[in-house]
Amino acid sequence: MTVKPKPFRKQRFSLRQQDARTAWLLLFPSLLVMVGVTLWPVISTFILSFLNAPTGLNQTRTFVGLGNYLVMLRDQLFWETVGRTMYFTVVSVGLELILGLAIAQLIHSRPWGWKFLRISLIIPWAVPTIVNGAMWRWIYSADFGALNGLLMQLGLIKHYVPWLTLPNMAMNLVIAADIWHTMPFVALVLQAALATLPEDLEEAAAVDGANAWQRFWQIRMPLLRPAILVALIVRTVDAFRVFDIVYIITSGGPAYKTLTITYLTYLNSFAFGKQGIGAALSFLISAFTIVMALIYIRFLYRPEETQ
Amino acid sequence: MRSLHKISLLLLALLFIIGTVGCAPQQASGPVTIHVLTMDQAGLKPAEIDEIAREFEAKNPDIKVNMEYLGYDFIHDKITTGMAANPPAYDAVMIDVIWPDEFIKAGYLLDVTDRVTPEMKSGMFPASWNGVTRNGKIYGMPWLMDVKYFMYNKDMLEKAGITDPPKTWEELVEQAQAIKDQGIAEFPIIWSWNQKEGVVCDYAVLLYGNGGSFVDASGKPAFNSEQGIQALEWMKQTLDDGLSNPSSVSADEPAVEADFLAGKSAFAVNWLFQYSDSNDASKSQIVGQAAFAPMPVFQAGIDAGVKGSSVDGSSSFAIMATTPYPDQTWKFLTYLASNEVQMKYSKEMLPVWQTDFEGDALKTLEAANPTNPVTVPAFLAQFPYANERPTVPYYNEASAALQLAIQEALTGVKSPKDALDEAAAKWIELAGK
Repeated sequence: MTVKPKPFRKQRFSLRQQDARTAWLLLFPSLLVMVGVTLWPVISTFILSFLNAPTGLNQTRTFVGLGNYLVMLRDQLFWETVGRTMYFTVVSVGLELILGLAIAQLIHSRPWGWKFLRISLIIPWAVPTIVNGAMWRWIYSADFGALNGLLMQLGLIKHYVPWLTLPNMAMNLVIAADIWHTMPFVALVLQAALATLPEDLEEAAAVDGANAWQRFWQIRMPLLRPAILVALIVRTVDAFRVFDIVYIITSGGPAYKTLTITYLTYLNSFAFGKQGIGAALSFLISAFTIVMALIYIRFLYRPEETQ
Repeated sequence: MRSLHKISLLLLALLFIIGTVGCAPQQASGPVTIHVLTMDQAGLKPAEIDEIAREFEAKNPDIKVNMEYLGYDFIHDKITTGMAANPPAYDAVMIDVIWPDEFIKAGYLLDVTDRVTPEMKSGMFPASWNGVTRNGKIYGMPWLMDVKYFMYNKDMLEKAGITDPPKTWEELVEQAQAIKDQGIAEFPIIWSWNQKEGVVCDYAVLLYGNGGSFVDASGKPAFNSEQGIQALEWMKQTLDDGLSNPSSVSADEPAVEADFLAGKSAFAVNWLFQYSDSNDASKSQIVGQAAFAPMPVFQAGIDAGVKGSSVDGSSSFAIMATTPYPDQTWKFLTYLASNEVQMKYSKEMLPVWQTDFEGDALKTLEAANPTNPVTVPAFLAQFPYANERPTVPYYNEASAALQLAIQEALTGVKSPKDALDEAAAKWIELAGK
């Protein structure tokens, strides 16, 4: 008995096409949700950024072209805020990377209790940012704070210091709280990457007489670069959009010395009822973050190394 | 294989349909639930308001009340975001005396003029109605009459050999210095000078107490006058001299209370709630030590004819314009403001009914709660001097500019004059838009 093969033409879709069709069908609901909750708000916010749109019901909205963008770009407060946000981003991400790498190395060297260390690392990361902010606000409290208590007991200060009222200190304290919260993320990403690195390369280098320092910089670091890139991009974009921790710890004070760009956006959109300005600011934030991501990719991404 | 695909697709579609149906608004059958937003700060505590809500539900089985509480500083923005939904997230919200202009302009508040009875209109304080009335229309129900009070710690003053609390801010400085010198308190005075509305309230007290005002007769900013600058310079000086607690610059009203109740401060400016809390042993280490005195004023203010100074911090409940349940909500607000409720819960919030402060009713009020014999006279002495903050739709942004200016001066970033001049320029810019 011979099996007559189905003529190829009769099949409307190839197997591959059929799979693709089913895949799209299955994806359709989630795509719909994504368009609804992500794409549409982005488009409507983009439109909003060209309008003078006061908050309220039945408010007249007028087209102002690039007006909202120009108002902000000419505003000194905006540039001060950008500078401050940059400072927050660079210092917090920089320190997170250094500390995160150090801790990842430590875990990787499997000291006594390394499993406990790895688990306890998750705790700050698992604490919601709002809770973390509230906790640090109490730690920094002038009259009841743990920081003052500790420094007093160590004899480092004679009087309680109102930390959050010091214009030059407040931002650094917010950064410290942020590092405590997010450094574990960097450490875990890098630790996971370290675990996948081939050991023979370093062993071979050791045999060839490379010292630990050389092995770290010449072998380990280049291999870690893709993981560092991921951690840097994720953390930088996140840090540049910092809001909740500032909102809880300082509310932008003292004298706007901790006012970040997302906080300025929030103030305009919700407190001052200027939705158009708020929308324009959101897009300016996006522009800044895209530029930063591109810079990282330009300097750190080497496709040949990731293959 | 293909049939399996089909079945899974069918299941998925089914799930989606069920999900969508689940999201559909339910038809009102049985009791109606109204959502009300108010503050967990000044006035009644959430537990007390919950109690009132349960009493109301027992009397009105067809209405359920869902209360939501937030710190004062979060309420304004919660209202604006809540109004983006339809029906709105809340059927009624507590509104501060500085918000009606903005919210009326935004179309958020329901005009309730026709619902207010003559009895309510004539029985409650005219000032409480003024707070919610614009162009002859009423947009809310009075709820809380509050002003900033001057409180001091009797024991601390006694220990320092001071017999009478200060009448002027100059006297306060002398007394605070004596208390500091004797080591009774490291920082004798605590204020709410953080970069929020609290600092504007405290500044209002000092500004008007120095014969100044926020705006002049033509509505132009006047706080950068000589009186306003002096008041701000005085604030900064008390910080520099270590008389005002440096943490004031980051303190809100609950933080002021925490400091005063911990026995760290001899003097505090705060809303009424601080007094009853000071006698609550579960929170306070100074039970029985707090006392009221009329808010001091500056000597220059007295010379200019100022007799007293405080700031109005009253609030009301407003019905949202888009609520599907205006009648039920109004019924609840009427209950909240009723004489019966306001009298019963007068420990932390004195009634909005003027009639309670007259004749025999006054005796009933004073007997209603153990703290009332102290708070009622304090209210009657301070309330007539309550000053209003500007009633303009852009108040929030104007206030933010003033908050920034005060903080810049207090933290030494700018001189008081420069800072206030910049804020005044911002006010003019906002008024021109």
